[in-house]
Amino acid sequence: MTRKVAVVGVGVSKFGNRTDVSLPELAWEAVKEAFDDARLGPEDVQGFVVGNMGGWSSEALPAVVVGEYCGLVPKSGIRVEAACATGSAAVRTAYHMIASGEADIVMAIGVEKMNESPTPTVVEFIGRAGNYFWEFENFGLTFPGYYALYATAYMQRYGATEEDLCKVAVKNHYYGSLNPKAQFQRAITVEECLNSRYIAWPLKLYDSSPITDGAAAVILASEEAARKITDTPVWIKAIGYANGTANLSKRPDFVGLEAAQVAAKMAYKKAGIDPENPVKHFDVAEVHDCFTIAEIMAYEDLGFAKRGEGYKLIREGQTYIGGVIPVNLDGGLKAKGHPIGATGVSMVAELTKQLRQQAERGRQATIKNGMALAHNVGGTGHYAFVTILGLSP
Amino acid sequence: MEHESVPLYWRNIPAYYRLVARRCKRCGEVYFPPVLKCPRCGSNELEDVELPQEGELVEFTVLRSVPTDFLKQKPVILGLVKLGPAKVLGQIVDAAPEKLKEGQRVEVAFRRVVVDGKYGLVMYGYKFRPRP
Ligand SMILES: [Zn+2]
Repeated sequence: MTRKVAVVGVGVSKFGNRTDVSLPELAWEAVKEAFDDARLGPEDVQGFVVGNMGGWSSEALPAVVVGEYCGLVPKSGIRVEAACATGSAAVRTAYHMIASGEADIVMAIGVEKMNESPTPTVVEFIGRAGNYFWEFENFGLTFPGYYALYATAYMQRYGATEEDLCKVAVKNHYYGSLNPKAQFQRAITVEECLNSRYIAWPLKLYDSSPITDGAAAVILASEEAARKITDTPVWIKAIGYANGTANLSKRPDFVGLEAAQVAAKMAYKKAGIDPENPVKHFDVAEVHDCFTIAEIMAYEDLGFAKRGEGYKLIREGQTYIGGVIPVNLDGGLKAKGHPIGATGVSMVAELTKQLRQQAERGRQATIKNGMALAHNVGGTGHYAFVTILGLSP
Repeated sequence: MEHESVPLYWRNIPAYYRLVARRCKRCGEVYFPPVLKCPRCGSNELEDVELPQEGELVEFTVLRSVPTDFLKQKPVILGLVKLGPAKVLGQIVDAAPEKLKEGQRVEVAFRRVVVDGKYGLVMYGYKFRPRP
C-alpha cells in the first residue's frame, strides 16, 4: 500500500534570459522560495531530485552542484531526464520516494540554462530529440518541424486555421502579461501572430515557445509530515505516465499524441476522474503548449474536447477564466517560457498556488472543485506525464 | 555538428541507398528504418523487402529555420511518404511548397544529403520529388 503525498512548498525563479546567474544560483532562487513557502530548511529534506536536460549548459553533474549550493549535500540527490517532460519526471521520482515509505520530505528541483549555448546549437540539439540518424542527421528535421507535421495534418483534417492556432498564443501571452515571473510580459494580437515569420510552415515564430533559462522547486511530504508543516497541503492524487515511439514514421496519425492519451487514462483511473467528462472535475489546467498546435491537441488527448473539436475551445474562448476549463493561466510554455527541466516542476508549483488561491490578480481561477491537472510532454510525444492535484487527499 | 563515425554510417547504407525495409516472417509487420528483431512479436526471423520507388505524400512541412548543415538548401521541405507497406520521412525536392498537396504521388530521387566540411565526406541518400 502506497502512502499519500502532498505538495507543502513551491518556488519558481524569474524565467527569461538569465545569463546573470550560474546554474546553481538560478536553482537556489526557486529552492529558497520553496523553503520559505513551507517554512522549512535544507536540514528537513531527506533527498532531492534534479530535473535537468543539460547538453547546452556546462554542468555535467548538475544534481551534485545544485544540491551542494542549496545546502542539501550529503543528502542523496540524482538527476533525471525525460526531454521536455524532465520536470515531471523529477516530481514523479520524488513522489515515489515518499509514497514507498522510503522518505518523508523530498524536494524536486527543475533547472535549465539554455542560453549558455548559441541559438543554432540549441536548435540543433533539440532537433536531435527525435530519431537521430533517420530524421535529424539526414534530413535536417527540426523540432518545430515535427510539430508542423502535426499542425498540417490537424488543420487539413478538421478545418482549424492558422488564426485558431494564433488564438492560443494570444491567450497565453495575455496571462503571461499578468505573471511577473513570465519571460514575455506583453499581450499580443492575432494579427501580430499571423504576421510573424514562418519557422516551419504552418507554424510561425509566435506559435512557438522560446529558449528560456529558469528554475522551479517543490517540496513533497508524506501525509503525517504534511499535516505538521501546513494547513493547506495540496495532494498529488495521481500521476499517469507513458512513452510513445521515437520514430515519426511509426505513428498511426498526426492529430494527437498517443503517450498523452495513455498517461491521461492512467491518471484519471487512479484519481477516480470520469474520462468521458473530465472537465467537470477540474478548476484549472496546465498543458504543454511548446507550440500552439500542441495545446489544441492536448485539449483532445485529455478529453477536454472530442477529437477534432479542440480548436473550437480556443475559438470560443472556453479556455480563458470563466470558460469550461481555464488553461495555462501562468502564460504556459509559450509566454512564461520553457526551460526544459524546470517546466514540469513549474506546472506543479503554479497549480499549487492556483488551488491555494494565491495567484496574481486577473489570473486566479475560480476554485470550486478543488482539483487541477498538469500535462507535460517530452519530445514530440516520446514521453508524457499527467499529474492531478487536489485540495482533499 | 558531429557526424556519426564512417563505419557506422556505412553500415546503415544498404537500407539507405536502396530503401530496404525488414518484414517480420512471423507477424508480417514491416519496419523502416530496418530492425534486427521484431519489436511487435519478438521474432528474430526477418527478411529484406525493397520498398517501391513511388508513393503518396502523407504530411509535409516547410522549414524556414534549419540546422547549419542545411542552410544552403533552405527552405527545406520535409514530408512523410507512404511507400507500400512503410512510411518514410524525407526531403521533398524539385517542388514548389505552395503547389504541394497531401495525397499527391511522389517518387524516390537520389541526391546529395550532407557535405561534412571537416572530413570532406559527401553523403548521398534518398529524397522524394513529385511525379511529373
Ligand atoms: Zn513480428
